[in-house]
Amino acid sequence: MKFTVLVDVRLRGGIADPAGATIERALPALGYDGVSGVGVGKTVRFTIEAVDLASARSQVDDLCSSFLTNPVIEDAVVTVTEDDGAG
Amino acid sequence: MSTVVGVVVFPGTNCEMDAVEAVDRLGGEGRLLWHGDEDLGGVDAVIVPGGFAHGDYLRPGAIARFSPVMAGVAAFAAGGGPVLGICNGFQILTEAGLLPGALQKNSGLKFLCQPTTVRVETSNSVLTSRATVGVELSIPINHFEGNYTCDGETLARLIDGDRIVLRYTDNPNGSIDDIAGVCNEARNVVGLMPHPERACSELLGSADGAVLLGSLLDSGPVVVGLQDRR
Repeated sequence: MKFTVLVDVRLRGGIADPAGATIERALPALGYDGVSGVGVGKTVRFTIEAVDLASARSQVDDLCSSFLTNPVIEDAVVTVTEDDGAG
Repeated sequence: MSTVVGVVVFPGTNCEMDAVEAVDRLGGEGRLLWHGDEDLGGVDAVIVPGGFAHGDYLRPGAIARFSPVMAGVAAFAAGGGPVLGICNGFQILTEAGLLPGALQKNSGLKFLCQPTTVRVETSNSVLTSRATVGVELSIPINHFEGNYTCDGETLARLIDGDRIVLRYTDNPNGSIDDIAGVCNEARNVVGLMPHPERACSELLGSADGAVLLGSLLDSGPVVVGLQDRR
């Protein structure tokens, strides 16, 4: 089975996020005064072959902890969805 | 016999010739090692130099740690061989798990390219054996992701183990506890963000890096005599 994977890599709390801070500081100049907590991360998208959802999920978790994130400074939110075969 | 220092070159490394030049000037022999070769060719010490290995894609050092040479470097380090990571090399060594912690983006949001003053905190490392504790050295930095961080438990371990090798006197990047360089538990692997290889001649504004790289040269043959060479 094929699964579409979305890995949302985020900086952990307390880790410097200069891109997020810069965007947040620019927003009032554009008239957006109520925006706070801006964080900039990255998204990694791919497809993976696995026997079932649990296996796909387990492989992606391993991939995240060993390569896609540095656990000292980053967390990942992973979304795994089964391909419907149409795409 | 001069100490042979292998200087690792990844695609995107850009400080390798500075490192070779500095090693040669100090009486050693710098030798380039291609990242695709696991065999280190019997060198006495290894420098992982600065630059943007593999384009720094994903994160600095994230892809470089999987290059074949890093298996050789890890085995060399495990056998007691002296390994020095400078700037991007420090980032690579943390990603490879040879040193604790990580380098996050500078707290001041800026890429920093400037002289810094660092204080030698221990002379018990392959980078500082020739240096006196407390001495201040002028060494330049050149980085965006040089803000050293680690969890509280790791920091306590570094402090208790006398493993903080260098501290900034005027912290430029937000590094926790002013850390500019750390070593592993065995003290043969050191990483630092400042560039000692760019401070080995008064013509460059400082020759203070010579005491650090000179220490590395001292460490080479001694350690090699005590362990199996790869």
